[in-house]
Amino acid sequence: MPDILQILILIVKIVALTFCVVLPLVPISVYFERRFCAVIQDRVGPNRTGIPLTLLGFKKDFHFFGLIQPVADGVKLFLKEDFTPSYVRKAFYWMAPALTVAPALITVCVIPFGSPISIFGSEQKLVIADLDIGPLFVFAISSLTVYGITLAGWSSNSKFSLIGGVRSTAQMISYEICLGLSIIPVLLYYGDLNLSKIVQNQADNGWLLLPLWKGGHLGLPDLQTALFLIPAFIAFLIFTISIFAETNRMPFDLPECETELVGGYHTEYSSMKFALFFMGEYAAMVIGSALIVTLFLGGWSVGFGMDKWINDLHIGSFQFGGLIHLMAFLVKLIVFILFFILVRWTVPRFRYDQLMKLGWVIFFEAALVNVFLAALIIAAPQLTAAIIGGGAVLLIAVTAAVIWVAMVSEAKPKIRRA
Amino acid sequence: MAVVKLQRPKLNAGEKIYFGAILKGFFITMSHAVRSLLGKTTGAKDLASSGLGVTMQFPEQRWDNQLPEYYRGAPTLVIDEQGRERCVSCQLCEFICPPKAIRITPSEIPTDDKWAKVEKRPIEFDIDMIRCIYCGMCEEVCPEQAIFLRKDYLVTGHTRAEMVHDKKKLYEIGGIRTGLVNKWNELK
Amino acid sequence: MSDTPSATAELTLPKDLAAEKGMVNVQIDGVWHQFPKGMRMIEACRSAGTIVPHYCYHPKLSAPGNCRMCLVQMGMPPRPAPGQEPKRDEYGYEPIGWMPRAVIACANTISENMGIRTTGELVEKCREGTMEFLLINHPLDCPICDQAGECRLQEHSVEHGRGASRFVDIKVKKPKNVDIGPRIRLDNERCILCSRCIRFMDEVAGDPVLGFTQRGTHTTLTVHPDRLLDSNYSLNTADICPVGALTSNDFRFQMRVWFLKETPTIDVNCGTGTNITVWTRNNTIHRITPRQNDAVNSCWMPDSHRLNFHYIDGEARFNQPLVKNGVLHDPIEWSDALNRAAEKLKPLAPGQIAILASGRMTNEELHLTRKLAETLGTSLVSLVPRFAECDGMLIAADRNPNTTGAKLVLGTEDPFAKLDAIRDGVRDGSIKALLVFGEDIITDAGFHFSDLAKLDYLLQTHILANPTALASHLVLPGAAFAEKRGSMVNLTGRIQRLNRAIEPPDQARDDWEILRDIIATVSGEKSDLHAIEDVFKSLAGSISALEGLTLSKIGHQGLSVTETGYQVPLLEKERQRKL
Repeated sequence: MPDILQILILIVKIVALTFCVVLPLVPISVYFERRFCAVIQDRVGPNRTGIPLTLLGFKKDFHFFGLIQPVADGVKLFLKEDFTPSYVRKAFYWMAPALTVAPALITVCVIPFGSPISIFGSEQKLVIADLDIGPLFVFAISSLTVYGITLAGWSSNSKFSLIGGVRSTAQMISYEICLGLSIIPVLLYYGDLNLSKIVQNQADNGWLLLPLWKGGHLGLPDLQTALFLIPAFIAFLIFTISIFAETNRMPFDLPECETELVGGYHTEYSSMKFALFFMGEYAAMVIGSALIVTLFLGGWSVGFGMDKWINDLHIGSFQFGGLIHLMAFLVKLIVFILFFILVRWTVPRFRYDQLMKLGWVIFFEAALVNVFLAALIIAAPQLTAAIIGGGAVLLIAVTAAVIWVAMVSEAKPKIRRA
Repeated sequence: MAVVKLQRPKLNAGEKIYFGAILKGFFITMSHAVRSLLGKTTGAKDLASSGLGVTMQFPEQRWDNQLPEYYRGAPTLVIDEQGRERCVSCQLCEFICPPKAIRITPSEIPTDDKWAKVEKRPIEFDIDMIRCIYCGMCEEVCPEQAIFLRKDYLVTGHTRAEMVHDKKKLYEIGGIRTGLVNKWNELK
Repeated sequence: MSDTPSATAELTLPKDLAAEKGMVNVQIDGVWHQFPKGMRMIEACRSAGTIVPHYCYHPKLSAPGNCRMCLVQMGMPPRPAPGQEPKRDEYGYEPIGWMPRAVIACANTISENMGIRTTGELVEKCREGTMEFLLINHPLDCPICDQAGECRLQEHSVEHGRGASRFVDIKVKKPKNVDIGPRIRLDNERCILCSRCIRFMDEVAGDPVLGFTQRGTHTTLTVHPDRLLDSNYSLNTADICPVGALTSNDFRFQMRVWFLKETPTIDVNCGTGTNITVWTRNNTIHRITPRQNDAVNSCWMPDSHRLNFHYIDGEARFNQPLVKNGVLHDPIEWSDALNRAAEKLKPLAPGQIAILASGRMTNEELHLTRKLAETLGTSLVSLVPRFAECDGMLIAADRNPNTTGAKLVLGTEDPFAKLDAIRDGVRDGSIKALLVFGEDIITDAGFHFSDLAKLDYLLQTHILANPTALASHLVLPGAAFAEKRGSMVNLTGRIQRLNRAIEPPDQARDDWEILRDIIATVSGEKSDLHAIEDVFKSLAGSISALEGLTLSKIGHQGLSVTETGYQVPLLEKERQRKL
């Protein structure tokens, strides 16, 4: 019986966290995207879609800021004609949207949404699968998305789709390297790959980018933690920007660059198949934000030493502190999604060569140097001053060499005249 | 064609990192967003909008009074003070109409008519408002001052046939226009 | 050795060179040309590529020189003193002494060493003045005037006029909308008194009913008291009227000319084959005007032929194949119709089938008719004769437009010969099936309804409802003359081209396609004729007179392919007038 109960609890978690938390975030972020870009551009955005109460004899329609808009969008996409062009490779054409959206949703399972809740003494973690290889699992699964996009581009049998697919493949593979390298300092710092433990650690000892408390007591960080802010911030920057590139968001949305490629890899898709790509893109954005929040901004932690107190809140045997943490996590998530949107409507699209140069020439090297810097700072207490000084000199030398190589690689070849 | 070689601007190190420019961009977009959300969008008052953006809430709010004199709405036919239909169906508007929205069937004015000396008038005059692009060429080309673009912009219909304005409808919207040149009034 | 003088003396002078050929040298706008002696200056200028603006002058009429629009500057060599050799330039031309005043180009003829200037301050001033005088009393009702768009006054006003009027007095009022004939309406205010219509009625139509009354600015064009402008050629006056004074009742206020598409083709109402232009818009014919062809119809055409086009979009047009069902006919699909016809025709012996073709069919259609007769094995092929009175001008006695072509294509001197035999055969029952192409044999070929009732099978192609169709088992809708392409040979032996101005209505088909499909269905072989050009190629290969010709080689003016000795009476008269 306990096994069956375990499975039931797991199913409840999957349904609750994936379909009641992450999936609704997709239409909500679409709505936010539309409203937020509207106010940025001095417009109003969708504010009309509501329940047409006037049809039922009421005086006024129910608008509620147009919040029904995502529902209307969804209904529209469902009811549209699902058109499959005759010239496509059908099996792959049909598979591609699923391959895009499924990995994005699978990665949800390792994200800790809140601190454990306990009912009748049994503790339940607010994470579907508490894996010990969290970030690696996320990278492994999310890199499968590239198959969906590549297959969509290739099977559509259209030049725009193909170019979009190829761009996407190159871009995602390139940025996966920066993505992986950039979080090595973080993992070195925590010495753990389990996301739940990383978050718990942050709740106890301060967020990675906000180490203002330790062991539940507010206070300035010690020298090592303070110094580690430097590699942590570099890692945060590279990781965030790489997430933009991984999710094909502006300013790196070259695979679906409308001015050049009509719609990119989903040019030939319509109706729900198109909606799946759309959902996949936004789900990836949600997961990316969740990962950033989890790794750098304390995950579900409210911070400032309040987490322990929240954990202890209970009504009878029901400890509901986890739900408050869930709320905190969602607030952080939505703020980060808004940041994604703000970036989209602020920064213009990069050129493809600029994108590749940024990935390979700058971020790759910077992430590598950052790993050494972080390692040096973490290992400093066990080392003698001479070794630290030597290491620092070596690091500076290596950095200088890398910068020199980058500059040389950028310099235009001089035209030789015969 | 002459080839113009454009020199990309030389960027200094700070500009090459982009961050300054991106932060500046954030400041601009955020300031617009904040002003919008506070209901203080620049220029909102001139357009009588709520302040959340400059957009006017159309069906409730209308701009009819602010329409400029030169506004080009639906083309119409007019009658002058004497009650004479101005159009003599010269078909110049039909000829000039870029989207070919106008279709005229000319006919002769019967000899017992008061204006028999004008000889010609349209028996059918259709303007397909689905085709019309409101360019005003018809008004400009009309040698008889018979066709004018009015300020009507709400041209709607449920069927394509409804969107074709026939002669009756055109005169109905156009109405009587005074102060036109009356070359047909001299003794003839 | 002396140099120049003796050399020039030996040099043959241009005037002598020209005189050998009966030509004279004329300098037009600074360039020397050679033209035949006695040519009018305006014609010489036209040949040199300069069109002198004019109203009253018409190449086929006399030149009274009353519009004064064609003023040009003329110059002649100064007359040398007695015994003095005229001066010559290096090419042997004498210097031209320009006259200080302009002369009219239409009534003066060219002479040796003459100079003409069609531009320059003097000429332009003259034209501007003439235009101003003409416009003094001309009403500004272009928006309602039918001539707008093809009005000489409009054109020359734009090109040579002042742009603004200086005239402050009240314009002279004259009668408007005058009924001067059954087909012509006169607006006297618009008349610029060029007298083209008067001269046409006098010289060409031979019915001088028009003339001027009053004097000065009150001069008015009128029809003779107790007479009407009712000649069968009266509509030509509307064509040649340079302004909108004379307009056609039929075309009046129908459509502006700038909307109309012009298609050059030929008239099919009689054997003359008058060249015409068909003016269409949106698949509707709005008017027909004559087209100049000096070997056929000069510049004219009879009213009766010109107005005979309204049936084309009339109520009586067939627009789908009809099959007999009891007394009435039912619509049927083309493929079904052809299959049924083939079913009926196949079991019959060759001698039991007869074909009545029409002299209104093109050469290509007649060629396919012959092919059909060969496929069916019958030799009973005849045309229906259509003779009436010749009017002594353009309407020939033979009202079939392609009798000469039929003679060539069918290879017989008398294409009507077998008509009586076929009629007898139908009456005595020896002919079981009759195929009638483009003819109404009850009205035109002496058949009776009771005769046709004896037939097992009667097939008719026609464009209009007719009594024969009532008796037919199958009626196939054909194309009218303006809807088809092809060639015809007129009475003088000139092959001319028909061009498609409009599309046949609904399911109606080009007649040659119907014939091709009947042949294909009866023989069961696929036809390799895909376009009318293929048919003409096949036709030209089988007839020696047409060897090497193609439809495009015929051109818009036609080509003479056979000698018949027939003369168009109107052209004869024109030639006599010139002599």
